[in-house]
Amino acid sequence: MSPEFSEKTKKKIEEIVARYPQKEAAILPVLHITQQEFGSISAEEEKLVARILGIKPISVREIVTFYTMLSRESLGKYHIQVCSNLSCSLLGAGNFVDYLVEKLGIEPGETTPDKKFTLSTVECLGACERAPCMLINFNYYGEMDPKKVDEILDGLK
Amino acid sequence: MKEKVLTEHFGLENLYKIDVYKKQGGYQATEKALKKMKPEEILEEVKKANLRGRGGAGFPAGVKWSFVPDTDKPKYLCVNADEGEPGTFKDRYIMSHNPHMLLEGIIITSFCVGIHAAFIYIRGEYEAIALRLEQAISEAYENGFLGKNILESGFDLDIFVHRGAGAYICGEETALLESLEGKRGVPRLKPPFPASVGLWQCPTVINNVETISNISHIILNGAEWFVKQGLPKDGGTRIFGVSGMVKNPGIYELPLGTSLKDIIFKHAGGMKEGKKLKAVIPGGMSAPILTADEINIKMDFDSLVEANSMLGSAAIIVIDEKTSILDVLKVVTKFYSHESCGQCTPCRIGNSWINKIVKRIAEGKGKKEDIDSILRLASNIEGNTLCPLGDAAAMPILSITKKFRKELESHV
Repeated sequence: MSPEFSEKTKKKIEEIVARYPQKEAAILPVLHITQQEFGSISAEEEKLVARILGIKPISVREIVTFYTMLSRESLGKYHIQVCSNLSCSLLGAGNFVDYLVEKLGIEPGETTPDKKFTLSTVECLGACERAPCMLINFNYYGEMDPKKVDEILDGLK
Repeated sequence: MKEKVLTEHFGLENLYKIDVYKKQGGYQATEKALKKMKPEEILEEVKKANLRGRGGAGFPAGVKWSFVPDTDKPKYLCVNADEGEPGTFKDRYIMSHNPHMLLEGIIITSFCVGIHAAFIYIRGEYEAIALRLEQAISEAYENGFLGKNILESGFDLDIFVHRGAGAYICGEETALLESLEGKRGVPRLKPPFPASVGLWQCPTVINNVETISNISHIILNGAEWFVKQGLPKDGGTRIFGVSGMVKNPGIYELPLGTSLKDIIFKHAGGMKEGKKLKAVIPGGMSAPILTADEINIKMDFDSLVEANSMLGSAAIIVIDEKTSILDVLKVVTKFYSHESCGQCTPCRIGNSWINKIVKRIAEGKGKKEDIDSILRLASNIEGNTLCPLGDAAAMPILSITKKFRKELESHV
């Protein structure tokens, strides 16, 4: 069955689209909602978004493949994004990623078989004073070390 | 007496709520501007304040606004809250601690230029801050500072928050416009400049969060006062973000012209755990690197240009003696090869080749001629791309390779 937004989400999307003089401008906000509702933006969701915004599915694909936060593959329940940029690297982000690889048994870019965690290394997250830092979904965590990350991950159900 | 301008009340609990903000004198500048000043008077004041852009380029804000032509077309304001320059986190502090200060700046700027719709383009990862901004915006509507006929001045304004989705290039102003229009964030050729042909082909002002956040203070205290907080040609303070191997990483709001040495050793507490200083990146990763003996320098736009570097986003990254410069170069080149939008060949191909060479050296397979290849490739990027990302990549790569050539040669 092709995906469909709930009535509530449809209303929200209408409200967002109305902010812009051209419908197409709403594509990033609509894709954020899409990813949140369906977990990823596959070909079916591309068609749905294209229909709503009155554009071709290929135009949606162009956007999804350009922006790193948009994903065509479904992510784990918790998406762990570790900063690998300079300030975090200086303070041990490399070792921290190695620790997570060992703990979770997956490489960056992979998802655990139980679909609980996806691990990614990303560029600067804008929290350099808290290096090394990471995002889990949209929550920031700073000054990471193995002990701290154990506590955080063990607390996630 | 120099003061803190932007971060003065950051310690206050719930400053992000309109009631607390108003108790600190919040929205008085908006009242003054909309009720007692003409748009041309505001423009004059901002020009006299010598407020230079805080995003990186340092272009005078008042001059930028004055480029907007008189036209019947709608005009737009885009606030650049993309904050992707590695090492930079000051706008995150402004927006999470004091969103209403930014909103006031947006209202006054829009009133001055004749704008009725403003967009805050915020990086996608700052989701929680985007929500906070939206809350602040709805408070401002409820209090009559946004919407129709604001403070019975006849002036209308709407502000919208627009979240990006992970692309460093969207911090470049024309890529930001493309992204906001719903396209891939690929920069446009300039001219025409956004002030005349911007969002949806209409005149558009694009300013950084910190730049706009200064506006209410200029209106309330005057241009003369503002200039006194910094330097004559470079008014106001700057929020320096210090990260890396220092004892107390964080934001430090200081007058423009404060010495880099003092920022690191007095304000940020010096080096972490007795480590020795090796190098400093003074203005976000794109700024050319300074060696340990080059830090007796004033942190303002012109002094850093004289030292062949740049103030950029005033993000200071401190590197210690034990850190291998090859590791630094690996991170830097990985970043630019990943973030190049792919439009210009020198940037797309050059950055990925440089990164491959650096990785090869790091694997112990480097060749003698590799160092010169890096320099040649980076020089071919510089000045040969449509947007500043090419230069932003070439500058740190060239400066790191030249200044630390001996150390790099020891790896090949």
